Amino acid sequence: MEKILEGKAFVLSNNVDTDQIIPAEHLVYSLSDPEEKKMYGKYALSSVPMEKSGLPNGGIKYVEAEKFETEFPIIIGGANFGCGSSREHAPFALQIAGTKVIIAESYARIFFRNAVDGGFVIPYESVDKLNDKIKTGDEVQINLEKNVLKNVTTNEEFKLKPLGDILPILEAGNLFEYARQTDMIA
Amino acid sequence: MKMTITEKILAKSAGKTFVEPGQNIWLNVDVLMTHDVCGPPTFEIWKREFGEAAKIWDKNKLVIFPDHYIFTKNPQANRNVSILREFANEYGIENYYDVGTDRYKGVCHLALAEEGYDLPGTVLFGTDSHTCTSGAFGMFATGVGNTDAAFILGTGKIWEKVPESMKFIFEGELPPYIMAKDLILRILGDITTDGATYRAMEFDGEGVFSLSMTERMTLTNMAIEAGGMNGIINADAVTEAYVKERTNKEYEIFTSDTDAKYHSIKKYKTAELEPVVAKPHSPDNMGTVRSVAGTKLTKCYIGSCTGGKLSDFQAAAKILLGNQVKTSTFIVPASTEVQSALEEETISGISLKDIFEKAGCIIAESSCAACLGGPADTVGRAKDNEVVISTTNRNFPGRMGSRQSEVYLASPLTVAASAITGVITDPRDFL
Repeated sequence: MEKILEGKAFVLSNNVDTDQIIPAEHLVYSLSDPEEKKMYGKYALSSVPMEKSGLPNGGIKYVEAEKFETEFPIIIGGANFGCGSSREHAPFALQIAGTKVIIAESYARIFFRNAVDGGFVIPYESVDKLNDKIKTGDEVQINLEKNVLKNVTTNEEFKLKPLGDILPILEAGNLFEYARQTDMIA
Repeated sequence: MKMTITEKILAKSAGKTFVEPGQNIWLNVDVLMTHDVCGPPTFEIWKREFGEAAKIWDKNKLVIFPDHYIFTKNPQANRNVSILREFANEYGIENYYDVGTDRYKGVCHLALAEEGYDLPGTVLFGTDSHTCTSGAFGMFATGVGNTDAAFILGTGKIWEKVPESMKFIFEGELPPYIMAKDLILRILGDITTDGATYRAMEFDGEGVFSLSMTERMTLTNMAIEAGGMNGIINADAVTEAYVKERTNKEYEIFTSDTDAKYHSIKKYKTAELEPVVAKPHSPDNMGTVRSVAGTKLTKCYIGSCTGGKLSDFQAAAKILLGNQVKTSTFIVPASTEVQSALEEETISGISLKDIFEKAGCIIAESSCAACLGGPADTVGRAKDNEVVISTTNRNFPGRMGSRQSEVYLASPLTVAASAITGVITDPRDFL
């Protein structure tokens, strides 16, 4: 696992649900076929209301029309990120779109499990509310050893909660790799 | 040591005598349920990870219900159902309920109950967030993603953090204008969409135990809308009667110790409650029906695992009997069993089906249908800037289709009353 992740931030509000992350009409695509799975990148975060898409001003698409990847690898969310359905397509869509890490105040249980157990994106919790302190497009850097987010644009630093129990699963790659490493499965 | 029902069931499943909130434990799973949206990717992960030697831990414990995108021409959606069929054939899965056969059931959460898979004291995981519905049977049931489901498929085990329990007590039987949907929307309004994150929601009190099993399922169904890990109700004689009618499988009843420790206990007097809605665009955006009465509607929808059970249609029919709907109204029975029951159940000698047809409703076939929007040709899907009132469970932006649409969630009584007037209407005006 890389120890430093950096790139442009994309800022969202509270309660970003899985229907906003990947609308149900797109769940028909294969998650393994190389061409079909690109569609998950194309439609990642496509149902976020435009006024809330890319705060503080909104109006920014996470993935531009006709593209399959985002220019914002770091998502800054609020409370209860990923609430709603159990669709693993949600963290998968973010991974395909190029999301590396999410920083949110809190997560819904199933989204959090899916992100970790499938090894799709790192779901970090921030100590303080950050989606009113960072602007979409800010260059940010995350240090996974120090659990710190640095806003390079403004030169501010914010603490993140250590990943704790889930770190070994993230380091292994996913739940299966972790289970193999710990001799739980062959 | 004193335990809640959730803690007792998890302890038994983990082979322990005692567990407490916060503990990470490995559970032995009794049933794994999947469907057409999450089954195919789950099977793919299972094959990828376990390779040639991939083995299902127990074929009798895997249950597959195609139910999400069934009556559509969408080629990828149809392919996903074919993948389920081929998987069931290849591995000899008897608990597969194929589309286009008389085994087809419809929405998985109701079908699990009808087919006798919901058993007190057991542990059920499903690749659907509303798997918590089954908790109405005094069992532990929760949703997981494809990776976790694939892990269960190969091992029969999964890790879980023992949740703290929240108790919600409803004192007194429900007045005739209040349904389980009003109770859960009220709770959501009070605790919000993350008020129960990673916790168990236990429903208790005379108001709950006077309800039918299907009404109880409306309560546990929407535990996930508060972020709950599971919803649960102690099993009683009503539970046992329902279960014994459907299966002779064995089960064990666990109940919460009276002095078990809870995160919080909240009490409601049912006589003081009013019919409520969740306004756009969140299930916790609660308001009384009267506070939004008169809001013009373009569509009414009665269906889904939350609001498409027989008790939901009995309630709606009571109001629609002898009336005409003013706005397009969809009746989508959650299961094929409910669909048949619409012809057999009567009010004043008229079948529910006749009542709905004479009122001008559109009756669709059993599936998840427009509850989650679905492919473009899904029956009842919200279009453009429609204003919908629905008995379903979520009204997030775009949930029922169009991102511009507005969805109000309400009880079947409230939806039926609103269908007659074309505007949001308190059911007391018709009772």
